[in-house]
Amino acid sequence: MRTVWLSTIRTSSMPGFRRAGCLALLGALALGLAAPAARAQTALLNVSYDPTRELYREINEAFARSYKAKTGEDVTVRASHGGSGAQARTVIDGVDADVVTLGIPSDIDAIARLTKKIPADWRGKLPNDSLPYTSTVVFLVRKGNPKGVKDWSDLAKPDVKVITPNPKTSAGGRWNFLAAWGYAYGQDKDAAKADAFVGQLYKNVPVLDTGARGSTVTFAQRRLGDVLPTWENEAYLVLQEFGADKFDIVVPPTSIYAEPPVALVPGNADRKGTAKAAQAYLDYLYTDEAQAIFAKHHYRPFKAQAAAGAGLPDVKLFKIEDYQGSWDDIQAKNFDSGGLFDRLSQAGR
Amino acid sequence: MAATLAAAPAEAPAPRPARRFRRPSVLPGFGLSFGYTLACLGIVVLLPLAGLVVKASGLGFSGILRVATDPRVASALKLSFGVSLLSALVASVFGFLIAWVLTRYEFPGRKIVDAAVDLPFALPTAVAGIALASLYAPDGLIGAPLDRLGIQVAYTPLGVFVAMTFVGLPFAVRTVQPLIAEIDREIEEASATLGASRRATLLKVVLPPLIPAVLTGFALAFARGVGEYGSVIFIAGNLPYVSEIAPLLIVIKLSEFDYGGAAAIATIMLGISFLTLLAINLIQAWSRRRFGYV
Amino acid sequence: MSEIISPVRLPTGRPAPVAGEGAGVRAVLIGIAVTFLALFLVIPLGAVFAQAFAHGVSAYLDAFREPDALSAIRLTLTVAAIAVPFNLVFGVAAAWAIAKFEFPGKTFLITLIDLPFSVSPVVSGLIYVLLFGSQGLFGGWLQAHNIQILFALPGIVLATVFVTFPFVARELIPLMQEQGSSEEEAALTLGASGFHAFRTVTLPNIRWGLLYSVLLCNARAMGEFGAVSVVSGHIRGLTNTMPLHVEILYNEYNFVAAFAVASLLAALALVTLVVKSFLEWRFAGELAAGRRH
Repeated sequence: MRTVWLSTIRTSSMPGFRRAGCLALLGALALGLAAPAARAQTALLNVSYDPTRELYREINEAFARSYKAKTGEDVTVRASHGGSGAQARTVIDGVDADVVTLGIPSDIDAIARLTKKIPADWRGKLPNDSLPYTSTVVFLVRKGNPKGVKDWSDLAKPDVKVITPNPKTSAGGRWNFLAAWGYAYGQDKDAAKADAFVGQLYKNVPVLDTGARGSTVTFAQRRLGDVLPTWENEAYLVLQEFGADKFDIVVPPTSIYAEPPVALVPGNADRKGTAKAAQAYLDYLYTDEAQAIFAKHHYRPFKAQAAAGAGLPDVKLFKIEDYQGSWDDIQAKNFDSGGLFDRLSQAGR
Repeated sequence: MAATLAAAPAEAPAPRPARRFRRPSVLPGFGLSFGYTLACLGIVVLLPLAGLVVKASGLGFSGILRVATDPRVASALKLSFGVSLLSALVASVFGFLIAWVLTRYEFPGRKIVDAAVDLPFALPTAVAGIALASLYAPDGLIGAPLDRLGIQVAYTPLGVFVAMTFVGLPFAVRTVQPLIAEIDREIEEASATLGASRRATLLKVVLPPLIPAVLTGFALAFARGVGEYGSVIFIAGNLPYVSEIAPLLIVIKLSEFDYGGAAAIATIMLGISFLTLLAINLIQAWSRRRFGYV
Repeated sequence: MSEIISPVRLPTGRPAPVAGEGAGVRAVLIGIAVTFLALFLVIPLGAVFAQAFAHGVSAYLDAFREPDALSAIRLTLTVAAIAVPFNLVFGVAAAWAIAKFEFPGKTFLITLIDLPFSVSPVVSGLIYVLLFGSQGLFGGWLQAHNIQILFALPGIVLATVFVTFPFVARELIPLMQEQGSSEEEAALTLGASGFHAFRTVTLPNIRWGLLYSVLLCNARAMGEFGAVSVVSGHIRGLTNTMPLHVEILYNEYNFVAAFAVASLLAALALVTLVVKSFLEWRFAGELAAGRRH
């Protein structure tokens, strides 16, 4: 009786019901059709950070070709992008990522710590501390550099407006923060002075977007602010997308050695039976072919030969680990609840 | 099904059944529909919300209090509640005016304007947020002239206000509109005939019965504004202590893997939603007694 | 809360002239109302379409040739096709129980049905993360049984169902309360079965209210952003709904495509409003103006 009651509602003579019923049927069909097609071949999921959308689109296609040529197997790589912290959170909550390619080591550490799906010693599993490429932070300014921004110290001047993402949610935001701190610390090795400098700089920030991409849109599209410290690759992309006649790139004399690492997620890949393809994907990132793609997208490839092809300017790069110790310490000291960023924004209000 | 079958004979004029859950009726289907309603409600609403409260209670009361009094959380809550109160107030005032104009006056395009009021209901919030941000940005269509006057809207608390007013307006209009349509014109005319000025008629005769509906619209706009996320984050600027709203802080806490903190803020917001809805029900109960309708 | 909006008939023809404000005051009031609505509602909508067509029609159409856009559209339709009928059945059942019977705690029950309405969309997403996420209450169990709820279709559907939960019920309750039960009682007395009475008496009475609430429920289900964004995982071509796809395109500096997809959602909103206005105009008598959606 109950089933009759319900089913009759759905098939009653009302147009609304009928339409909804048809839609439901169509939806179910679409799902039914789509699912087996996707299962016929290996599908990998790469959970990545915000500015790598264009990069991994090309890498994923190139990898699929190369894998097919080598093994004869079809593989598709899907990508998911967003603020690095938010992306790590989705993996922790259960997104079936086979590989993670995040913006900062501490986000992969967090996945390892909270889920055990990644071994704690993941950084040693791949060459160059699991860094197929590195990057740094440069400045994007308006054409002609009207505020005369040359170095990090200019960002703390009172009449300069700086656009940077929220370090709590964005890896790019954290690198900017650490780069500014490292610059100040490098001047006279005084941590208190470096803290104060960063506090001064963040007083000049009118908008804190949640991701690097949000900040770029604010700066380039909404025309807010005078300088956008950002990933080197992102700065070049903006010139390409928004027009080189609107912006200039200013390379500071010193900047940070930014480390966006990659890692296999054995906890997911083993269960899905995709570990072999996932490992091949990560190994592929170190091939000449992939390294050339990194160079093309203005990342700093691991291999010297590809790096020469990137044509990126020489910058004196410092490693934040040299100043602040392990990544656990760096994360806790600066960005966790009650860390330096929280204290600065509280003091700055 | 047993309950449904039992429902039909329940109509027999049994004098004062000892304790019956519901008043007798000839209509069948109570057991089925009531049970189904409770089951859906339980699975979709109550179970997940209970999960939230359980998670937050893991922190203990003092833990929740500590989260709530954390200066950054406190300031986000203050912004969310303060600005949504203000925007609900503005939405109520203009909503009343719009409802009045739409029901009382005839002018070209009235029907289109009437339909446009519902736009924020149907327009996806993210789309609204992006559109509002591009319009109210310092170089936008509306933002540019305001910028010349020295008023910056986007990326300030004023931007939050604009987005919240946007989502709250339909509630303010649609709750008072039917009641304005229902006002007995004769009473107004009687008041005028008895020598009351238009102003006095409006204030003493027309307005009082509308107050509960205005309050309800206000509360609904407020509840919607407090929780709004999609349209606000694009236009807010998201600066801690300045333009960071409470829902964004939940998202940030999640990105920090601080599930307890996220649940605590969510629980605080949930409690306030409860209280708001309760207030609406009390207003209605009161006005039913006072005016006989709402 | 059902009583707030006592079902009344909005004047559908010309409003009668009021012995009230003078022509001047009237013009000013109309001016203020129209300006306010234009600034807050109409211009943003226009901006969406203007930007969508900024580079011409072919650039606009290109946005829909992307496989990822098509998959986002398909996912959105699928989610709505599950969530809306579910809420429809729930809404009818809830309205039947609440409007046709008297029982204690009714106001409390209505308040609970209303609750999702005033819960922040972010919280609506968060609750499912806390339940079904790997770190959540049922996370371990789900993982052991290899059931994926979060970051897959079920999670997106759940979050959408939650957000649109009150829509149909809240529209139907005042409508059915207003209509009372005398017609159904008469049908039963004449020997109709309960189900037959429901189909032949109740359904025709509520059909326009039902259609109208389904429209709004559908618009909201397709447009939900905050809640879905928390549970989706943002996997291109797999778990991106249309509003999320808009955000992605926007973040890829592909503004024309972003606004093109947005315009599709806005067009849906417009169609909803047009159909709704048409229903109101055509069936004003049957359609209690359930003003709160």
